[in-house]
Amino acid sequence: MSEAAVSMRHISKAFGKKVLANKDVDLDIYHGEILSLLGENGSGKTTLMNMLSGVYYPDEGEIFIDGKPVSIASPKDAYDLGIGMIHQHFKLIDVFTALENILIGLPKQNSEKKCRKEVEDICSRYGFELDLDKKIYDMSVSEKETLEIVKTLYRGADVLILDEPTAVLTPQEIRRLFEILRNMKDDGKAIVIITHKLNEVMEISDRITVLRKGENVGTVLKTETNEQQLTEMMVGEKVVLNIARDLVEDKAKRLEVKHLSVKNKEDKLVVDDISFDLYSGEILGIAGISGSGQKELLEAIMGLQKCEEGSSVIYNSTAHGVHELVGLSTKEIIQFGLHLAFVPEDRLGMGLVGNMGMTDNVMLKRYRKGSGPFLHRKQPEATAQKIKDELGVLTPDLDYPVRRLSGGNVQKILVGREINNKPTVLMTAYAVRGLDINTSYAIYNLLNEQKKKGVAVIYVGEDLDVLLALSDRIMVLCSGKLNGMLDGRSASKEEVGYLMTHLKEEA
Amino acid sequence: MEKKNHREPLFHIVKKDEASLPLKMLTVALTVLAALLVSALFINFVTKLDPISVYQSMFKGAFGTSRRTWITVRDTCLLLLISVSLTPAFRMRFWNCGAEGQILIGGLSTAALMIYLGDRIPTAVLLIIMFVVSALCGALWSLLPAVFKARYDTNETLFTLMMNYVAIQIVEFFVDFWDKKQSHSVGIINMNTMGGWFPKIFGQQYILNVLIVVVITVAVYIYMRYSKHGYEDAVVGESVATARYAGINVPKVIRNNVLLSGAISGIAGFVEVAGISHTISNETAGGRGFTAIIVCWLAKFNPFTMILISAFIVFLDKGASQISSDFGLNEYASNIITGIILFFILSSEFFNNYRITVHKNRKEGE
Repeated sequence: MSEAAVSMRHISKAFGKKVLANKDVDLDIYHGEILSLLGENGSGKTTLMNMLSGVYYPDEGEIFIDGKPVSIASPKDAYDLGIGMIHQHFKLIDVFTALENILIGLPKQNSEKKCRKEVEDICSRYGFELDLDKKIYDMSVSEKETLEIVKTLYRGADVLILDEPTAVLTPQEIRRLFEILRNMKDDGKAIVIITHKLNEVMEISDRITVLRKGENVGTVLKTETNEQQLTEMMVGEKVVLNIARDLVEDKAKRLEVKHLSVKNKEDKLVVDDISFDLYSGEILGIAGISGSGQKELLEAIMGLQKCEEGSSVIYNSTAHGVHELVGLSTKEIIQFGLHLAFVPEDRLGMGLVGNMGMTDNVMLKRYRKGSGPFLHRKQPEATAQKIKDELGVLTPDLDYPVRRLSGGNVQKILVGREINNKPTVLMTAYAVRGLDINTSYAIYNLLNEQKKKGVAVIYVGEDLDVLLALSDRIMVLCSGKLNGMLDGRSASKEEVGYLMTHLKEEA
Repeated sequence: MEKKNHREPLFHIVKKDEASLPLKMLTVALTVLAALLVSALFINFVTKLDPISVYQSMFKGAFGTSRRTWITVRDTCLLLLISVSLTPAFRMRFWNCGAEGQILIGGLSTAALMIYLGDRIPTAVLLIIMFVVSALCGALWSLLPAVFKARYDTNETLFTLMMNYVAIQIVEFFVDFWDKKQSHSVGIINMNTMGGWFPKIFGQQYILNVLIVVVITVAVYIYMRYSKHGYEDAVVGESVATARYAGINVPKVIRNNVLLSGAISGIAGFVEVAGISHTISNETAGGRGFTAIIVCWLAKFNPFTMILISAFIVFLDKGASQISSDFGLNEYASNIITGIILFFILSSEFFNNYRITVHKNRKEGE
């Protein structure tokens, strides 16, 4: 092969003494190829690329561009060297148009007309579809991503780094993106994709470099590998990808959701007239592109969203009797034994209190228990110890702020707490988001145990393979509407994927 | 496309692990030492004075006589009380900048009670009435921003700040209303009868001030650390979403804690008027409501750390005025010394969290 566009040698980066994000990593990126950087969350993929794009500065090691040693101390340095990164969270100004966002921060050399022409040239060359006069706040996620790529290209990048570009896209949009990436590759650009999705890796990349715990564990050619081998490289051991699914015969109706509708702040229906039943002893999977109303649906059941007129959620449990939940406060709903374990993107934003330790977090929904104005910490402390032992939470002590724990441990505390509250209905959203494969399977087992105990479980997931393996029934949401209810044992991935993106015509 | 290489920068700022407690204390001690050294240089170069004698004079200003020591203690207590009053609000991320106004209104109500009831009912009863009324008035002064924040999520910083100016105007109105000599001041209230004044205890004038402040400080600490309401306060401060998810009534928690904050500020006004100055003017709060914000932040909302920091700030203040009178410096010189010391302490926070790595073998860019 010709000389590498980018070579990284012996790169190390630490955050404090405890977190070694990258350790002695070597990496080569060539022109005219697509390199996938594969690894689990926290394996150091993004950190490594951030050092290339000038966000971080390596503690040790060298970077070569076209064979010459360079120093990249800021994103501007990176641009000057032809390196551009498209971050997971877009860096665009909402009230500006696409073109204004592209030109912002650049020295004003040419007339706007000339710039527009240049941008349009880039678009037609690679097949981008972009309305340059559209404001950002009117754009879909996919349009924003397109704009970020065009912006990077316009600034002269010939090494492009994309951090999890497909995370928020529909299958159709992913296909378009991949076409564009191939066009850019044919044009001689060097492209790096940071991802943890194996199927996409196998589809788009030429070479795959796998990171594990901050180290480069090997680079393989796509043509010479398969998903099983890549998984083992990522995890470092043989993994049996098998989820148990028992059939619970004795079922009772727990929730009867009828015509549930929720509007967002912009007065748009985000949950649109959804009706379904939920039974004890089943896992109801909810599939949908992110932002299809999953979050709002669960929040509405928990009393966290204002429901529109006509909405009804009938709750029926042996212990607490029959109740209409719409109109009740969250406090009352929790006391009826409904529990929501919602894992937001930043993990701590809703559900846990970052600066508090395990004990105080375990107490979150039960702190009112006990008489008098003071807190009773004894019981929560015992519970926290139990969760720590049973789920193997790694924490120095029970008062150690949970925000300093790793994502896996944080999630174990969250899910552990909800299970410990002995729920009648347990709703989880993105329970395995960001977890390594082994911890994910531990969580699936926990949910299965709950199901066998007769708990009615709702599982909102992102990974279709897992949804299909875990759920008894799968409810597909599309644009806030219920777009299909499938049997988990017979449904196919294609079927679910189709329903996620194609709204059925109204009858 | 032409590729530009850059020169390797001289240093980088890198995050480091949380330092252990002894290490943190060492950092603070070293920063104070460094600050004293730099101030010494400043003193020597600019004023040509002997730094040691200047520091001696500072110490003398704060602790030179037993009376001065008591005044330092008294002022420390007042600043501490105001800082403690901010804590329930600040921990909830409600940036109460209205302590000034709440102190004024608390002080104004105290002054009014002293004027109208001072000579009519026994001081002990009057003190209890003034305590309660000043707390209510302080709370009342924070009610409006609290309700608006809880209901409409308005910006509390601006709102509480503007309430200060309203309070100043009201106080000025009453000062003129009560002023009988056209001197634009109320003068010492009940100068002869001492009605409503804090009584001397064991021959000491300020024991009651200390007692009130100690009790409130401990109470607030217990409230925040061990009570259910204090727990709610902490959860709301960390994340409103989490609080709602746990079934906490967020607007109610905001309202109650801001009212509590205002009430304690109001009590600070009572302590100032009945226990210290025995008068009221638009200078009664004297900027302490803002100084307390610094104390609160430096102490990371821990009431016990606030004792140390309030004492330190009051010490600097007393010392600064002493050196300006001892050496004939104008107050700017002493302010500069105070400034240098505070600046160093604030930046030690940075070195507790980050370290600077210097690149020794710098590569030259092209």
